Amino acid sequence: MTIDFKHSQSAHCENGVTSSLLRHHGLDISEAMAFGIGSGLFFAYLPFVKYDGIPTTSFRPLPGRIFKRTAARLRIRMVRKKFRDKEASMRALDETLGRGIPVGLQVGVFHLTYFPAPYRFHFNAHNLVVYGKENGQYLISDPVMEQPESLTYDELMRVRFARGLFEPRGHMYYLRDAPGHIDVASAIIKGIRKTCRDMLTIPIPLFGVKGIRYISRKMSKWPSKLGAKRAALYLGQLIRMQEEIGTGGAGFRFIYAAFLQEAAEALNNGRLEELSQSMTECGDRWRDFAAMAGRIIKNRASEQESYPALSAILSEIADRECRIFSELKDAVL
Amino acid sequence: MRLDQVPQDNDYLMEGRTRELCYAVDEKGRYVRVLSAGWEPKNAALIQAWEQVYERVKATYDDVLAGKKSPLAFFMAKRMFDVKLLSAYTNIPKRKIKSHLDPDCFRRLDTETLKVYAHALNVTVDGLLNGPRPIDVPFRTEKAGR
Repeated sequence: MTIDFKHSQSAHCENGVTSSLLRHHGLDISEAMAFGIGSGLFFAYLPFVKYDGIPTTSFRPLPGRIFKRTAARLRIRMVRKKFRDKEASMRALDETLGRGIPVGLQVGVFHLTYFPAPYRFHFNAHNLVVYGKENGQYLISDPVMEQPESLTYDELMRVRFARGLFEPRGHMYYLRDAPGHIDVASAIIKGIRKTCRDMLTIPIPLFGVKGIRYISRKMSKWPSKLGAKRAALYLGQLIRMQEEIGTGGAGFRFIYAAFLQEAAEALNNGRLEELSQSMTECGDRWRDFAAMAGRIIKNRASEQESYPALSAILSEIADRECRIFSELKDAVL
Repeated sequence: MRLDQVPQDNDYLMEGRTRELCYAVDEKGRYVRVLSAGWEPKNAALIQAWEQVYERVKATYDDVLAGKKSPLAFFMAKRMFDVKLLSAYTNIPKRKIKSHLDPDCFRRLDTETLKVYAHALNVTVDGLLNGPRPIDVPFRTEKAGR
């Protein structure tokens, strides 16, 4: 059976799945809107969580949160399931598809056959939608791909039970029902408030604006502490988190700016439009940061381009974001 | 980022399978969605990550030839599995996997266990048993299509 489902590409997988599932149920929520309502913007520097011996940086909250928050704030009831038994997880999927409901799945990308090989690391927080089954092939709408894809039973089961950090354990989710009317305005305000809180007030110096300042301070010492090669690896990992498929550029700052622009219209609040512009400028600074870091990685940096210079950009970004989120908080009082 | 600044630096890292969606502002200051073929700094970071993997693969290859490590160690490096991850996929205890990294222990393994390893690491049992051939070692960052 095939469900009449419209594949649409998005910048980030979880927002994309959220948006296309909502749209399938007749609720017109764009990717940027889902991202903003679900408070997708974040910053965390986790020196004790290491990936391949290198500290992790995250520009997003934990996997699954964006969907959960968006659904909750729009007062939509959803179903989330995890499984121990692989076969049972596939039966549950078939049964839900049989009822004509497209299903969101969390998967690992390492065994994801249609994914470009250079992106197939052991990364488990990818999301996609299954919208049907034809001749033993599951029909897949993967939000980062331009076209719909397909997977066999075994291939799909394998990616649903990928192992390692953030194991999906067959995690599937779908909308139980869609209310006829949703209150987008209040959801937007709740989403913005949560993002402001996350970025400004977490009392641990590794999160939000404080986290950006922290990594900025540490970064200027990387070459002397770690040596040129490891310092470059730390930098490479940071850029990958910031720019890799899924962020829409500049660690989600551009998507967030797009959200603020939509929110300005929805709430009829001109202040949000101005803050959207400030956020765009801030995103451009993140891009400048990545561009300079990229030249350092490739050993093509000029005299002025060094770790202290990168650190200075980050510190400036922290100041900008501190100002933006403080004003944003007041704009939606 | 303005519409005309959206980078199109194609390093063939997406293998022509897809392009990436970005958000950029048009001349009226409105956000629009636009496809990008890639961006230089981020391509550099991805290539750097792979070079790191390949360096490790080469080092392990030399160790296997020198008789210091088993072929299992080589294919683990190649597929980026550490002991913990391989243990999770195979349900073989970490302690055992560690011992199988030793060439002598590895040689005594039964076919069942070899099958389990081979499946997880996506090689044939023969390939795993006979050890890496020079062709298994990437000599530079693989860029498909080039």
